[in-house]
Amino acid sequence: MSDIETLETSILAQVDAAGDEAALEQVRVSALGKKGSVSEQMKTLGKMSPEERQVMGPALNGLKNRIADAIASRREVVKRADVEARLAKEKVDVTLPVRPNPVEAGRIHPISQVMDEITAIFSDMGFTVAEGPDIETDYYNFTALNFPEGHPAREMHDTFFFNPDENGERRVLRTHTSPVQIRTMETQEPPIRIVIPGKTYRQDSDATHSAMFHQLEGLVVDKKANIANLKWTLQEFCKAFFEVDSIEMRFRPSFFPFTEPSLEVDLQCDRSGSEVKLGEGSDWMEILGSGMVHPNVLRAGGLDPDVYQGFAWGIGIDRIAMLKYGMPDLRPFFEADQRWINHYGFRPLDMPTLFGGLTG
Amino acid sequence: MKFTLSWLKDHLETEASLDEIVETLTMIGLEVEDVDDRASFQPFTIAKVLTAGPHPDADKLRVLTVDKGDGQPIQVVCGAPNARAGLIGAFAGPGTYVPGIDVTLGVGNIRGVESFGMMCSERELELSDEHDGIIDLPEDAPVGTPFADYAGLNDPVIEIGITPNRPDALGVAGIAADLAAAGLGTVITPEIPELGGEGPCPVDVDLSADGAAEFCPAFGLRLVRNVKNGPSPKWMQQRLKAIGLRPISALVDITNYVTFDRGRPLHVFDADKVKGNLAIRRGTGNEEFLALDGKTYKPTSDHFVIADENGPESLAGIMGGEKSGCSLATTNVLVESALWDPLTVAKTGRELSIITDARYRFERGVDPAFNMPGLDYGSQLVIELCGGEPTLALCAGEIPQPDLTITYPVSEAERLTGVAVSSEESAEILSRLGFDVSGTGKELTVKVPGNRPDVHGKADLVEEIMRIRGINNIEPQPLPALGAVGSKILTTGQTRTRNSRRALAARGMSEAVCYSFIPRDHAIAFGGGDDALTLANPIASDMSDMRPSLLPSLLAAAKRNADRGLGDLAIFEVSHVYQGVEPEDQFRTASGIRRGTAKLESQGRSWVGNSTAVSWVDAKEDALAVLAACGMDPSNVQIEAGGPDWYHPGRSGTIKLGPKVVIGTFGEFHPMTLEMMDVTGPLCGFEINLQAIPAPRKKAKTSKGALNISALQPVKRDFAFVMDKSVEASKVLRAANGADKKLITDVAVFDLFEGASIGDDKKSLAIEVTLQPTDRSLTDEEIDAVSAKVVENVAKTVGGVLRG
Repeated sequence: MSDIETLETSILAQVDAAGDEAALEQVRVSALGKKGSVSEQMKTLGKMSPEERQVMGPALNGLKNRIADAIASRREVVKRADVEARLAKEKVDVTLPVRPNPVEAGRIHPISQVMDEITAIFSDMGFTVAEGPDIETDYYNFTALNFPEGHPAREMHDTFFFNPDENGERRVLRTHTSPVQIRTMETQEPPIRIVIPGKTYRQDSDATHSAMFHQLEGLVVDKKANIANLKWTLQEFCKAFFEVDSIEMRFRPSFFPFTEPSLEVDLQCDRSGSEVKLGEGSDWMEILGSGMVHPNVLRAGGLDPDVYQGFAWGIGIDRIAMLKYGMPDLRPFFEADQRWINHYGFRPLDMPTLFGGLTG
Repeated sequence: MKFTLSWLKDHLETEASLDEIVETLTMIGLEVEDVDDRASFQPFTIAKVLTAGPHPDADKLRVLTVDKGDGQPIQVVCGAPNARAGLIGAFAGPGTYVPGIDVTLGVGNIRGVESFGMMCSERELELSDEHDGIIDLPEDAPVGTPFADYAGLNDPVIEIGITPNRPDALGVAGIAADLAAAGLGTVITPEIPELGGEGPCPVDVDLSADGAAEFCPAFGLRLVRNVKNGPSPKWMQQRLKAIGLRPISALVDITNYVTFDRGRPLHVFDADKVKGNLAIRRGTGNEEFLALDGKTYKPTSDHFVIADENGPESLAGIMGGEKSGCSLATTNVLVESALWDPLTVAKTGRELSIITDARYRFERGVDPAFNMPGLDYGSQLVIELCGGEPTLALCAGEIPQPDLTITYPVSEAERLTGVAVSSEESAEILSRLGFDVSGTGKELTVKVPGNRPDVHGKADLVEEIMRIRGINNIEPQPLPALGAVGSKILTTGQTRTRNSRRALAARGMSEAVCYSFIPRDHAIAFGGGDDALTLANPIASDMSDMRPSLLPSLLAAAKRNADRGLGDLAIFEVSHVYQGVEPEDQFRTASGIRRGTAKLESQGRSWVGNSTAVSWVDAKEDALAVLAACGMDPSNVQIEAGGPDWYHPGRSGTIKLGPKVVIGTFGEFHPMTLEMMDVTGPLCGFEINLQAIPAPRKKAKTSKGALNISALQPVKRDFAFVMDKSVEASKVLRAANGADKKLITDVAVFDLFEGASIGDDKKSLAIEVTLQPTDRSLTDEEIDAVSAKVVENVAKTVGGVLRG
């Protein structure tokens, strides 16, 4: 074996033995550095005869290249091992819990959610959303809605009153959303198609009644709208809202001062269990009042009842929320108990739409 | 309104079953609220006590052998004092549900003696409150037969809810008439023959007092002499008991019976206790009137009384008086049937808080045409049950004649319901309902009878026709679509409400919906308490004032949650607050609070890092998030130090737009406020008046224009200034920004340092200034020049010195 071969064997052995980049660098310096063993050999080329140089030149250059290649490829191996060793040290316990996402933790109140559901449905039927004040005059809450002064019908509403002002006028907390019917007719030309969600107040409190509750009023006024349309509108609404293909509804005559004829609407239900089940059983649950807008109400709104006609309804938002989402008691709706809202509330990105489904 | 099936059948001949009757009642607008078929009474049997011996182990108990009619006497232990051999009573065997004690019987063992059932008291059967002994029936009571049949307890009781427009249905006869009109049978209500009498009624009625003639259009009166008052007959008592009335005596029961049978309230006076003539007049305000309910009232000049020379004897149309009331000793009776003004009766009843069956009917309107027949009917019953000789009837005033005639276009039913009803059918239905219909063809002339004061016009007649024809005959018809694709349906305010809710919930907060009324001291503490916004009749004293702010509701909720162990809480509400009673004083508002460590990023403890106490910073972030959700750039508002009284004066801020418009507030709360609200911190909150945010300008086009991105890299330079602690950061930022408004695109605070090393009244604020070159790269000289300008501006405006 020539000296070169011996040298090469020895250096390659050192390359292979280098365990990390530092060791490998040492090998490189000791072989290919300025005073490295190979470099020292290269320096001898100058003193050689041309013939010797012709042989030794390529031999030494070949040696140098092979060692450089060997170091380079060894470096890849060593580097990978280094990274792997480091990564192994960096291992964590990925099963540790993370903090909750605020977007998942936040909650929308069922009343707001249901109002959005209602808005989605009625916007599809060409309705817009109207509003009015909670504190009303006696005129808008009663007189304009055909509740004559002193009439027993006024007592059907357990009204909250404010103290009389200097003119003796007594404001009330609206007992229904119907005053907005008048306010709308006063300012908007028919055709009118509005829904009016809002807070309403009555002096009443038990598991299904609260001194404050929410109502959804609907009003359609044009020159043709009739009870057949009313029935269709309410049926379509109930099907869409409760997300069922069909629902058994019962329309029966009733009385409201501001509609004539007046109808109450019941839904088929089963009350035999602890929870009311819709669409089955032999019981009926009253869910809304409706009717053709009374001629006196149209007049109060500035419309001629022989030209214009229409229908209206009022439905308890809290009530249908309870029916749809299974809350047994109305009172906790207004208590802001975090446990209740966690259970019954909706995530902020659960946006009810018709294209995505009201409840997804 | 309650009645029994047999009572109805006195007025209606029908083949219909109870179920059909119930269904029809509901579908013609007389909503059935309850049907008690009284099957629960069926297990009770008439039984006879054969022997009654002492109980071996109890002095007060008796051991009975009871024959229940099957020849197999059984042993019953009984504690009733009147239990004795030979007594006939009502027996309940094992398995029977006894309503009065809410127990289903089993075989008992009472102090060592077996008992195979019980002999019942009236209270145990819920027949009365009688519980001094067990039921003691006459000797001829048929042993072994159902007690219910004997006692008339097998008659189903129907309860219907009567809407205020249907006074005609406040008597069984009227209900029968409605059912007959709906095709469920024939009316067989007996005609009332005119009752004559001997001689005139010796008591006269004076309607000349102020307002009397208007209040009392007609007053019928008759004296029946030589009556013998006593218990009313069993059939009448059973009917009255079945509908929840207590039989008193024949004379009194007759008035109640006619009230429910015909919807015609009557009153009876003991004629011997009436002094002189009767007069209808106003109360004086200082006369005491002892009414039949045992209470004393002082009718004022707003209330009308029937008075004799002794004073008020009756609160007209509402309740009679004790002094001239009938008793078992009554021998001469005055029967009254009168008409009263409904509104006055309603007002009087309301003001004096008296609810009676008479008031209920008079305020809804009784049929004037039945005034004198009602008097005859009542008098006739008096004579039948108590004997006696009637005088002629007196009628003061005049019976009003119904005078409303409606011109009814037959097309109206189709116009309002969508279903055409022929002229003939319309006329027929209305006639069946007692309307006087004339004319044929397109237009009918309809005269409204006196028992239907609710019918005023065409629409009312459509309702009559619709309810009798059946609402189920109206097929739903689609509401025509207005257009292919709907347009925007929410107002800006509504959109802001929705967006604010979703934005705050997305920040980990939970939405609350709280009452609009709050305790008065809470209202006052948050800038409210105006008397105009205080309810005259709150449902509870702590729900008295319309809230001027949503914060007190949320703080009260924070306390309730904290009391339940939920100390970390982030809740919000988007609702209205009230600054006055006018519609424009009601403001759409978003408000939220955070308590404990309930921050946006986390709350409570975590291995990642524990959350720290919430502060004004969290509240400010929430507040600005609402502005952004409402389409406003939060960098456009000014933040002023300090806020309303309920905040910490040094840790709160006011969000303004220009010098005048206040959009909202935020901060930590004043410790005194928290003390008043009885809640502890850490607590911070905000409130935004959504209506104060300017309406977005209507954009002419939807295009956002081309994106113009600079190819040149922005340059960032950091500065740290030392300045007085009181200097507001916003001023520093503005000063830095003003150094070159064109080049400087952003200035951010990246550090705040306060410490003794720079002086107790000093702070160091470190800012990062971003320069964005537009057309070419900046030279070092240009950058240095801008930097120098920044330092100069900060020094000049706020006295900030570059930190060494």
